[in-house]
Parts: sequence; structure tokens; C-alpha cells
Amino acid sequence: MKRIFLTAAALVAAQPAFAQTPPPPADPGQEEFVADVTGTADSVFRVAVPVFATPQAANTAAGNTTALGQQIAEVIVTDLRNSRRFQPTGPSGLPAPSFGNVQSPNYSTWAGLGADNLIQGYVQANADGTLTVGCYLFDVDGQSQRARQGFVIQPSEWRRAAHRCADQIYGNLTADSGFFDTRVVYVAESGPPGRRRKQLAIMDYDGANHRFLTQGQWTVLTPRFAPDQRTITFMSYENERPRVYVLDMASGRVRPLVEGPYQTFAPRFSPDSRTIVFSMATNGNTDVYSVPVTGGTPRRLTNAPGIDTGGSFSPDGRQIVFESDRGGSQQIYVMNADGSNPRRISFGGGGAATPEWSPRGDLIAFTQTGSFRIGVMRPDGSGARLLTRDAGEGPTWAPNGRAIMYQRGLGRGQVWYVDVASGATRRVPTPLEGSDPSWSALRPN
Amino acid sequence: MTNRILKGVALTAALIAVAGCGSRRPPSLPPAPVTGDGTSGLGVDGTSGTGADGVTVAGSRADFIQSVPSDRVFFALNSHTLTAEGRSVLDAQAQWLNTNSRVNVTIEGHADERGTREYNLALGERRANAVRLYLESRGVASNRLQTVSWGKERPEAFGADEASYSRNRRSVTVVPEA
Repeated sequence: MKRIFLTAAALVAAQPAFAQTPPPPADPGQEEFVADVTGTADSVFRVAVPVFATPQAANTAAGNTTALGQQIAEVIVTDLRNSRRFQPTGPSGLPAPSFGNVQSPNYSTWAGLGADNLIQGYVQANADGTLTVGCYLFDVDGQSQRARQGFVIQPSEWRRAAHRCADQIYGNLTADSGFFDTRVVYVAESGPPGRRRKQLAIMDYDGANHRFLTQGQWTVLTPRFAPDQRTITFMSYENERPRVYVLDMASGRVRPLVEGPYQTFAPRFSPDSRTIVFSMATNGNTDVYSVPVTGGTPRRLTNAPGIDTGGSFSPDGRQIVFESDRGGSQQIYVMNADGSNPRRISFGGGGAATPEWSPRGDLIAFTQTGSFRIGVMRPDGSGARLLTRDAGEGPTWAPNGRAIMYQRGLGRGQVWYVDVASGATRRVPTPLEGSDPSWSALRPN
Repeated sequence: MTNRILKGVALTAALIAVAGCGSRRPPSLPPAPVTGDGTSGLGVDGTSGTGADGVTVAGSRADFIQSVPSDRVFFALNSHTLTAEGRSVLDAQAQWLNTNSRVNVTIEGHADERGTREYNLALGERRANAVRLYLESRGVASNRLQTVSWGKERPEAFGADEASYSRNRRSVTVVPEA
């Protein structure tokens, strides 16, 4: 996808800083605050999104540009609503701007409709079969253009253009980057409970463009995207030898991460996509190891007796959070990336598992054992609070650290989304049941 | 899967009940399993694995099943400690393996659904390894024993109750077919 207008992005005076809901006060190590699940946040931006105009209705490989203008606006509205940080309206029920008005909105009309912010845009069919999608953000009160961006795309990529537009709006109005132009790899499940058919599947973050990566002959578990999205690591029972594998997305080739007689599982990428930490069970003892993604001799990082698993890197790559039962119950520990200086950070009575370090670095998501509720804590273990009420496991972070996907339900799971600030949840649509989601970084251009 | 459980419901129920009596941790005792919709994983048909004429081939899976009290042992919650009953079952398995010294087996380790997925993979390996070590201590060569952990991926009882959980916390000694 080619981005245009980059140098033309016009930034006006910043709005008042987004007031992030702070976590409620909690003593270090104390549980637990159940987030308000009604979906209210302190700051919500009211955004109007009318249909995108077209200079001339034209048929493309993805349909007529007039229809695409409607569909792109709908995707943007859904993205913003999904994030729980916006109150979008449109495109139905709103006036449709003409192509000539895309860059010069009638501010008084939009002010009268109660919009603080306005998104307008256009879809144009080009002679070479590509589309140009323009996306503009206006401050209605200030009567000014806040940002604009354009994309030259293949018609089949129109949803990505809409996501990129929504990401720009998210980034402009909040202090964070967005997370709409992203994908999720997860395990699609079907069949009876004792013999679940488990397939790797990949989809856009909103469930669109779903496809299966494996056919279900072998049980697969716990996929993870490389941050650069060139590879996916996962665990497979291929040939009844359960091991960690690496899938090259470009070639489709799959290879074992390490050779050897022992069962390997729980793989996670380092932030630079060059290293994988994983667990290996040797003679009743499971430890965390690291190895280059290209393979080689694993380096053992933990050596306490017991089960050490679920390693996840801090965003700077210097530390690894993992879970261990060395103290008698599953709890969260942090160590340096070379395995030195392990220290326990969670002391909750319920126990904590499946730690995942936020890409922002400020929080660690976890599954509370027993209750199977998803929670977050600070990297020093303080401020623990639970986000979800129903049983689930396996949190994965949005690239901006403001939302989490997780598996809701145990034997039969679904992929769900929870907004970290408000605790608002929603299901991510999948054609089958699902487990073990892994949320990608923003897609490269 | 169900073909491995040729002894049927009654024996499994007895093993679990006895195991419960001997445990040191009463709160986590598996009660005697109930029959009903939670027990659909058990097969009670004892004919599978033998020929139509009823002749069992020495060293076959059917021979193993007929020769030992059970192909599986059960564990307490979050434990990989072998119970006295479990050791008794494994003594019989070891005896069969020492008689049929050309048969290699896979020891599966399983967990109930109350642990997280990856932890349960490690826990299942602990259980399979405990069985492997015990069989080795009874003279079975280590290179005949392969372990594989299924974690909570292959439950046999599907109820959300202790009766079901207790049947899923198991190891299974699997003799290859044919």
C-alpha cells in the first residue's frame, strides 16, 4: 500500500490531552478492581463520518466507487466504535458531501449535528486499475483541517485503507497510535470436546479477510506473530511430536524451531523478531529458553525446580516476564533477558499465569488462575486489577497497549476484545470457535 | 481413544474411589465418578483389539489391555505424585513390558481444564515423566518409553465437576496398534 500526502499532513493546535482513566488506587500486590463494564470512558470523541465521495462513479475490481465510499465510511465508524474511545455517527443519516466539498466542509452544518470532529474523504478509480483513497480530519469547532492522508491501493485492499484512515484519526485525537490496520492469528476450533479440531487461522483484527493456515490434521496451539509479521511461531503435534514450529509467511514453509528429544511449547518473539523464547520440558522439569528464530542451540534462562513457562519480552527487549510455580503456586516473575536476577512480582492469593508484557511497557496482562479472569498489573506487580468477569485465558495486546484480545470460555472458546481503560468487552466474529489469539503490530506499509 | 479403556466404567470407578481414600489432601479428593452425561468418554466394549475369533496377539495393544489392571493412572489436582494404586497398576504394566521386551510405548500425560493451557502442557509432562521413571525403576529400558504431554487438549470426561476432572488428570500408557 502506497501512502501519499505525507508531507501535506497539517497539524493544528493540539486538542486538550486525552484524559486517560487512571487505574484505581490499589496497594501493591493487592487484588482487585473489577473495571466498569458499561463501556464508559472519561474522554470520548464525537466524530461524524459521512460517506466518502467519488469524483466519478466507476466500476472497480472491488465494486463501484460510490458503493466503496459508503463501505469505507462504515468500516471507519465500526473501527472507532470498536475502540470504545469514540462515539462515531454515520454514514447513514448524515448528509453526503460532494467531491468538491471534501476538503472544505460546511462547518456550521456539522456543528448543528453535534459533531466535534468530522471525517471526510473520497474514492477515485485510477486508469491503471488502482484506487486513490483520501482521508481528511476536521476540527468542527475550530473550523480547521487537523490531518489528511491518502493511499494508492489495489481495490482489494480497500478495507486496509479504511483502517489506516481510522488509525490516523485515532492517533490524531488521542495520545496513542491506533490498532485498526492489524491482524490476528489464532486457533480455530471445531468438533467434539475430546477430539477438538484445531487449525491455525489468520484474519484482520475485526474478523474480516479470514483464512485458515493449516487444515487441522494436527492439533496446533498458541500461535504468535513476529513483530515484523514475516513469521508466525506456534506449537504443533505434527507427527505426534509436539514441538514449536516457525512458519515463514512469504513461502508458507514450516520448520521446527529446535531439534531434540524434548517437548517444546509456549513460544514468544522478542521485539526485534530475531529471538524466540520458549519452554522445554526435560524429565519433569520445564524451563524457559531462548534461541535465534533461525535456530541453533537454545540458551537456558531459568533453572529453578518446577514449571517455568510463558516468557514474554518487555518492549525494550531487556527483560522477560514469565510464570513459575517454584513458590508453590503459579505466580508472575520478571528476569533480565539473559536469565539473571529473577524476582517474583505477583503475590495475589489466586495465582497468576500467562503474562504478556504490553507494547507500551506500562502493564503486564495475565490470567488469574482458578477464576480464569483476565487482569493487568504494573511491571512491579502493583496495581493489579481484573478486567473480565467470565472465565477465559491467554491475553494478547493491541499494538498500542490500550486493548486486549483473549480467549473467552475454556473448553469451547471464542475470541473476545476488552478495552483496558473501561473493561468494555465484545466478541470478535470468527466463523468457528476460537482460542489463543495473537494480535499483530500495525502492518508495515 | 475409547478402545484403550477396555476394562470399562466399573474398574475405573473403583480405582478412583480407592485413590481417594489414600490421599493426604482431602479437599482435592476425586469423588467416585457419577455415570451420566459426563462419562461419555469411556468405552465399555471389551472386544475391540482382539480378532473375531477372540485370539489375542502377544505384545499387541489388546494383549496389554487384557494383562494389566489399567492402561492409566490418575493424579490429584496439580500433582504428579503416584498413588499406591497408581504404582500397583504400573507394577503390572512393567511386568508386561518386561515380558514383551520388543514393544516400545508412549506415555501420555494429561491434565484437567482448570489449569492454563501452557502450564498444563508442563504438568502433563511431569505426570508422564513420573510414570516413565517408575517403569524404569521396575526394569523397563528408558529407550522404550517415550513421553508426550497433551495438557488439557484431550479430556475424556466433559463435565465441569470433580468427577470429570479427576478422570482427566491421568497418564495413559499407549501400546502401538498392530
